[in-house]
Amino acid sequence: MIEIDGITKRYGDNIVVNNVTMTINPRTVTVIVGTSGSGKTTLLRMINRLVEPTSGTIRLDGEDNRAVPGFELRRRIGYAIQGHGLFPHRTVAENIATVPVLLGWETGRIKAKVAELLALFQLDPETFADRFPHELSGGQQQRVGVARALAAEPNVLLMDEPFGALDPIIRAKAQEDLLAIQRLLGTTIILVTHDMEEAFYLADRIAVMDKGELVQYGPPAELVERPATDFVETLIGATERPFRMLSIETAGAAVEPGDAQGAAIAAATTQRDALAELLWSGRDAAPIIGADGQPIGRITLDGLVRRAARRR
Amino acid sequence: MRIRFDKLGVLIAILLGLGTLLAPFATFRANRIVPGSPRSILESLPPIWGTALLIALGVAAVLAILKTSAAARLAVAALGLLALMLLIGTAGSFLTPEGNTYARVSPASGFWTLLFAFLLLAADAITRMKPKPTVRVLLLGVTLGALAAILASGRWDALSLLKEYSGRADVFWNEAAKHVTLAIGSLVAAVVVGLPLGILCHRVRPLRAGVLNVLNLIQTIPSIALFGILIAPLGWIAVNVPGAYAIGVRGIGAAPAFVALFLYSLLPVVANTVVGLAGVPREANEAARGIGMTGAQRLLRVEFPLALPVILTGIRIVLVQNIGLATIAALIGGGGFGVFVFQGIGQTAMDLVLLGAVPTVLLAFAAAIILDALIEINAPLNRAGRTA
Amino acid sequence: MTVSPTTADRAAARPRARAWIPLALRALLLGTLLTFLVAPSIFEPILKPLVQDNAPAIYNQGSLFTLTLLHLRIVAIATTAAILVAVTLAILVTRPFGAEFLALSRSLVNVGQTFPPVAVLALSVPALGFGEKPTLVALFLYGLLPIFENTLTALTTLPPAVMEAARGAGMTDRQRLFRVELPLAAPVILAGIRLSITVSLATATIGSTVAARTLGEVIIAGLQSNNLAFILQGGLIVGALAVLIYDGLSALEARLRRRAGL
Repeated sequence: MIEIDGITKRYGDNIVVNNVTMTINPRTVTVIVGTSGSGKTTLLRMINRLVEPTSGTIRLDGEDNRAVPGFELRRRIGYAIQGHGLFPHRTVAENIATVPVLLGWETGRIKAKVAELLALFQLDPETFADRFPHELSGGQQQRVGVARALAAEPNVLLMDEPFGALDPIIRAKAQEDLLAIQRLLGTTIILVTHDMEEAFYLADRIAVMDKGELVQYGPPAELVERPATDFVETLIGATERPFRMLSIETAGAAVEPGDAQGAAIAAATTQRDALAELLWSGRDAAPIIGADGQPIGRITLDGLVRRAARRR
Repeated sequence: MRIRFDKLGVLIAILLGLGTLLAPFATFRANRIVPGSPRSILESLPPIWGTALLIALGVAAVLAILKTSAAARLAVAALGLLALMLLIGTAGSFLTPEGNTYARVSPASGFWTLLFAFLLLAADAITRMKPKPTVRVLLLGVTLGALAAILASGRWDALSLLKEYSGRADVFWNEAAKHVTLAIGSLVAAVVVGLPLGILCHRVRPLRAGVLNVLNLIQTIPSIALFGILIAPLGWIAVNVPGAYAIGVRGIGAAPAFVALFLYSLLPVVANTVVGLAGVPREANEAARGIGMTGAQRLLRVEFPLALPVILTGIRIVLVQNIGLATIAALIGGGGFGVFVFQGIGQTAMDLVLLGAVPTVLLAFAAAIILDALIEINAPLNRAGRTA
Repeated sequence: MTVSPTTADRAAARPRARAWIPLALRALLLGTLLTFLVAPSIFEPILKPLVQDNAPAIYNQGSLFTLTLLHLRIVAIATTAAILVAVTLAILVTRPFGAEFLALSRSLVNVGQTFPPVAVLALSVPALGFGEKPTLVALFLYGLLPIFENTLTALTTLPPAVMEAARGAGMTDRQRLFRVELPLAAPVILAGIRLSITVSLATATIGSTVAARTLGEVIIAGLQSNNLAFILQGGLIVGALAVLIYDGLSALEARLRRRAGL
């Protein structure tokens, strides 16, 4: 659990983050959104003390994050950034091994960890371990960047616009992979982005920052239904609201008993994408299949329309 | 309000302290080549002036330590420099016995330390103020003007450096003229040849590597050797080519020095012309073609103006380098300030060395400031990087 | 997407086909230089036409080989000292503690480079007397500048994302300096060292005017006795040394650059 308690950062007279208090539950994905200059990145960087707060405290599992020197704290917290920041003079394997080496792990354990992470991120260790970052594609570099952040098995992973430099197709894949890995490892992820699509796709809870203030913090649906300020409403976009609602949950959550004709939709698809499929194929309903390929019911146009509407 | 300290100020204060208390202010010698005896500030100056200088230095040290505005620091530095300059002259006349023409008084390590400390303070203040190029040239003018005024006033006449000068005033200006002619003449020749050569290298790609490699090779030959090597061919030309002797071609003297400096100057001029032209944005060139400019028009109206800052940077490198290298010309009878430097080394007369070295440094420094200002004025938006 | 090794190799192989020519030229240069230094008399017939009847064609007031070693020694000592001091200073002014000195040190380097080497040499004689010492000091001071300037440039233009990642990974200031900053800055620092050595090799010859034992002795002897062969052999040995060292360091730099993925 991460408790952010009355945290403030000011540079001279300029207040960048103003008295923010929020609690982040373990093994969840929290996304901080806001315009540039809203203080979202500063807030993130105060968690691993890349920025020291002016006042307030941050506790990780009950322990004040100032209890240990900053560099020791940072070795315990994963950190991935936009443009990956891989060390250009080190191989992929050496990059991933950065924090384990700093922590003094033994060679065998480091080697095993590097191989495990490469495999997890679908990079063949034989091919990639000894390459240099400039020999990789953008998507591969980004995956190595996240692998490096996870190498010392941190409980918490901080990500600052990690997918900002990727093109849309690779970005979608990277987001999907991140969720899968988060579920597998149970890491607590705090991610900063200005991309609302990304926020709704990834987040268990979204924190909205505006001019240094935390204006709303809650599950995605709450933001759509009850925006706390005009700013949140603008950020979500009035005409996008029904579609935002549908992009929070998967088709599996909207499954109804019964049968339908035509091509099946996977249960893991978002409801938004299921709606698009129904509209495009001109059907009122489609069969839903689970991860094992077996049909588990159907999804209906009526059902989706009801879910997209404002709740009373 | 809390008093804040300046880290560099502490260093300057330490230098001022060392220069005042531990090192001699002036050196007194009974004649030109005997070893000197050191004199402290109080020993070198009339009591009133000595005490005043000590107090002033103390105040300056305190002001340097405190965090104050850059303008205030510049004022302190300027006043400190002025005081040092005037009082070293006073020390000269104070220490020289009446009517003694053999005695020599020269600034000693303490004076140079104090001078360095104040120059550091001034440099720091000017760096912080980030003056415009015109202001920098103005500052240079004021400084040189002040130096000239002190020289003209005769305040320094009792100092050994000026005694060396007064004995050979005619020769000094003669050599100064030769030095400037060598440095600037070879630069002009290098620009006249190097600019078209650079443009040619830019246009004819296969030429580029070859020309630049040859020019690079010339740079590796040490200057005294290149000067020497040229003696033979130029001597041969002087004797065997009709009319060559008449236009001043000789085996020794200024001609080989001129040719050597010219050869050294070619690389920065050609290389920077090539780099400057290569750096012209494609779009600018495309646009120029698009509106129907001919090749020559494009070169003169688009490419050349855009490449000018980089070319000027090359010229700055050449001029500063030539002013320094021209001192070597003295070794082959080419004249210039090097005459005093090498004579001084030969006679172990350090004042004579200074008589050659100080004007050379001032000249190079002034040239650098003026050309830097020119470069900045020509590239108001993007300050050009230095190449070659 | 992966980088296909075959296309990359083929592209690299094409220039390699003629890469042996410069390599052979350098080997030839090195071979000629060494032969000349060990057995200069072999070259006497070539140099003989350059001198008057009875004058010696090969420098006879000392061993060329010894002078070359002394020359290289002076440059090596001065450059080593210059590297240590310049890199240390550049590191200090790029740390938070020394940040106040950063702008000033930049302008001092700019001013320092306008000082002609001869002036530096001549001005250090009063303090140090004749011989090797003033030459060492002049080479040291003059050699500082390019190394300091390059180190400063390299350390202040490191990719921000990489520095952020290094901090985020929990490296201490010292670990960041030695494991990330210096390795990444190495090629640019080396370029400064290369420039510094080339200038020093040539400037060391002037040291002989203040009685330092360098190859300048040969050239000055030639100037004094009007012996073109002396001037030529002194100058060409220094030139050859400069070319070989420059090339060697360039190759090393290219290697470092490739290693650093730049």
